[in-house]
Amino acid sequence: MNKQEFTITVYTENHIGLLNRIAIIFSRRKINVQSLNTSPSEVDGIHRFTIVIEETEEVVRKLVRQIEKQVEVLKAYFNTNSEIVWQELALYKVSTDEIAEKVQVERLLREYGARAVAIRKDYTIFETTGHREETNKLIKVLEPYGLIEFVRSARVAIIKASSGFHEKIKEFEAQEPGSEIIENEFLNQQQEVFSM
Amino acid sequence: METAAIGIEEKQAETKTAVQLTGSQAVLEAFIAEGVDTIFGYPGGAIMPIYDALYDYNDKLKHVLVRHEQGGIHAAQGYARASGKAGIVFATSGPGATNLVTGLADAMIDSTPLVCITGQVFAHLLGTDAFQETDVINITAPVTKWNYQVTDAVEIPAVLAKAFYIAKSGRPGPVLIDITKNAQLQKFDYEGYRHCDHIRSYRPKPIIRKEYIDEAAALINAAEKPFVIFGQGVILGKAEKEFKTFIEKSGIPAAWTILGLSALPTEHPLNMGMLGMHGNYGPNVLTNECDVLVAVGMRFDDRVTGRLDKYARQAKIIHLDIDPSEIDKNVKADVGVWGDCKETLPLLTKRIEQKVYPQWVEKFRQYSREEEQQVIYDELNPKGDEMTMGEVLRVLNELTGGDAVIVTDVGQHQMVACRYAKFNETRSNITSGGLGTMGFALPAAIGAKFGAPHRPVVAVIGDGGVQMTIQELGTIMQTELNVKILILNNQFLGMVRQWQQLFHDKRYSFVDIASPDYVTVASGYGIAGRKVSERAGLKDALETMLSHNGAYLLEVMVGKENNVFPMVPQGCSVSEIRLK
Repeated sequence: MNKQEFTITVYTENHIGLLNRIAIIFSRRKINVQSLNTSPSEVDGIHRFTIVIEETEEVVRKLVRQIEKQVEVLKAYFNTNSEIVWQELALYKVSTDEIAEKVQVERLLREYGARAVAIRKDYTIFETTGHREETNKLIKVLEPYGLIEFVRSARVAIIKASSGFHEKIKEFEAQEPGSEIIENEFLNQQQEVFSM
Repeated sequence: METAAIGIEEKQAETKTAVQLTGSQAVLEAFIAEGVDTIFGYPGGAIMPIYDALYDYNDKLKHVLVRHEQGGIHAAQGYARASGKAGIVFATSGPGATNLVTGLADAMIDSTPLVCITGQVFAHLLGTDAFQETDVINITAPVTKWNYQVTDAVEIPAVLAKAFYIAKSGRPGPVLIDITKNAQLQKFDYEGYRHCDHIRSYRPKPIIRKEYIDEAAALINAAEKPFVIFGQGVILGKAEKEFKTFIEKSGIPAAWTILGLSALPTEHPLNMGMLGMHGNYGPNVLTNECDVLVAVGMRFDDRVTGRLDKYARQAKIIHLDIDPSEIDKNVKADVGVWGDCKETLPLLTKRIEQKVYPQWVEKFRQYSREEEQQVIYDELNPKGDEMTMGEVLRVLNELTGGDAVIVTDVGQHQMVACRYAKFNETRSNITSGGLGTMGFALPAAIGAKFGAPHRPVVAVIGDGGVQMTIQELGTIMQTELNVKILILNNQFLGMVRQWQQLFHDKRYSFVDIASPDYVTVASGYGIAGRKVSERAGLKDALETMLSHNGAYLLEVMVGKENNVFPMVPQGCSVSEIRLK
């Protein structure tokens, strides 16, 4: 099986130490995490990890099961890039003089959908969001004009097929688990969205 | 301010208001509510408030002062394995906590329920490299099922309730609660203890899907050469009866992993013996001949499967496990039956036909006869002057009749004991399986005796392992515990020596280990003992050991360069098992 990019989405309780517990699941198996984002989710009090790794599907499936085994993890999914919509945010710092002098810079930035978030006498900071290839391309374009600093955020992603976690969370909150149980819901649809 | 150490419940009932308790008292109240009777521990600076509170609970909670925290946690493991309850450990911060790590890793891989309480420096000192401060939560994260640091006493009742629930439910495991000294000392309004029975992010048991049970039953009903392999899941699920009913109705021969040992009586006609590297001949070879392999509560460890790409490739595989992450982890299952085997086995039994497989079972017996002729007979009845480990086990079986709890360490003696010890009852075999922790047996036997006080407990230990935790003789001395210690001394680190002989051209690199005079060491601790070097004295010595009123250490000198066979060499398939 070939390695490819997978995005792992993990719904968790907001607990200190859980980040480490999730991180060591990867490091124990010597798997490099390409990006990791933690954020609130659509459900109040539930956190959402978005983790990007490059691995085979078999490895990712096993990893996701190990992640779900953590007591404070409610649910974990893994998806290929075609199953999600995702964005990364990038910031670029360039010399204001350069931009003021060279009109093409402004045109380029517009072309890449970048916008200025801070303008100072000596530097200007642009921001753009998109896929990695897009934010990477803008680096290449800006380099000749003296790119002072660059930083990119972790990936955030939404699963296309998901109908949200809200309904499912109600079941978790119930004292007694309901009869319709999430663990097995997607058992026969592993191609689409993996879930245990 | 009242010191509400005793009679908390009554006081609450009287006043109908919360009583003031310290965090330390709340910990002990939680233990009482959870039915804890025995704690294995070692005091120190950061856990002193809990020990101070314990002073007043002496009539309700028995504390066993061990000689090293590793001994404490192995004792708690032995207690848990023998009793089926959670083992409890106390240790202080820093070195006390780090000394638990081996035991935590052992309990994690062998699914043993433990609740460990470690003291921690005051919350305001966290991260300052304070005296005896160490980052216990992060050090133990990979080797605990759950861990949590308490810095506010108010949290203690709920956290302890969660700890017990997590440790014991689903696939059990060790839980560690790190409590800062200020939280132990802090007084708060104690509103009673509520047991935890639900955590929204935690599903201890996957929901059983009937269609997979149906699929499994259909495979079993159509099978001509089915084979059951079982592990500790049967014992942890308290499903020994359900398992026995299942194999008796299905008529399927069954073999065990070393942690599954004793779930089915040794003498059961469908008990075909041990799987894996030093397992029995038939179960290993026939794994690669069966048409349906039913795995119950086991995790296809590499010591069981040998070379994976040549493991049971011809068979349809049914895997019953409570932990979904085990299914398809090492061996791909054709039918994965998720669930507690206490529930899935009866469902499966209901759907299968009553059958017998006389020819197939006879095949196991043929292999068994061949193994008996080529390996077992000589191991149990050696002709030479040197005693063998198997011979010692044979005599021990004759004397105990299979009623003893046998606690083993790690190495050759462990394999021999697991192969030859006879068991009538479940929870009788206690050993370090997954982690292979030398030094496990002596402290674990202490715990086992506390967990099963009315059963004879015999620790079978090699001359290497016993020297790793020999300090626990002090614990035996002080508790006046009736534990039998049987040292099988081959004057070598035998298992490593065996591998060096077979795979490293007999280059015996640092396996030649000297021993103290164990009988003298024991007598220093006030423990009776004897050393036997001649066969003539063996039976009498074992009889004396078993009938002695109190702890007894028996050292038996066995052949120096005996090997454990059969053996599946590393990197070989189970069907390539060697008899010599």
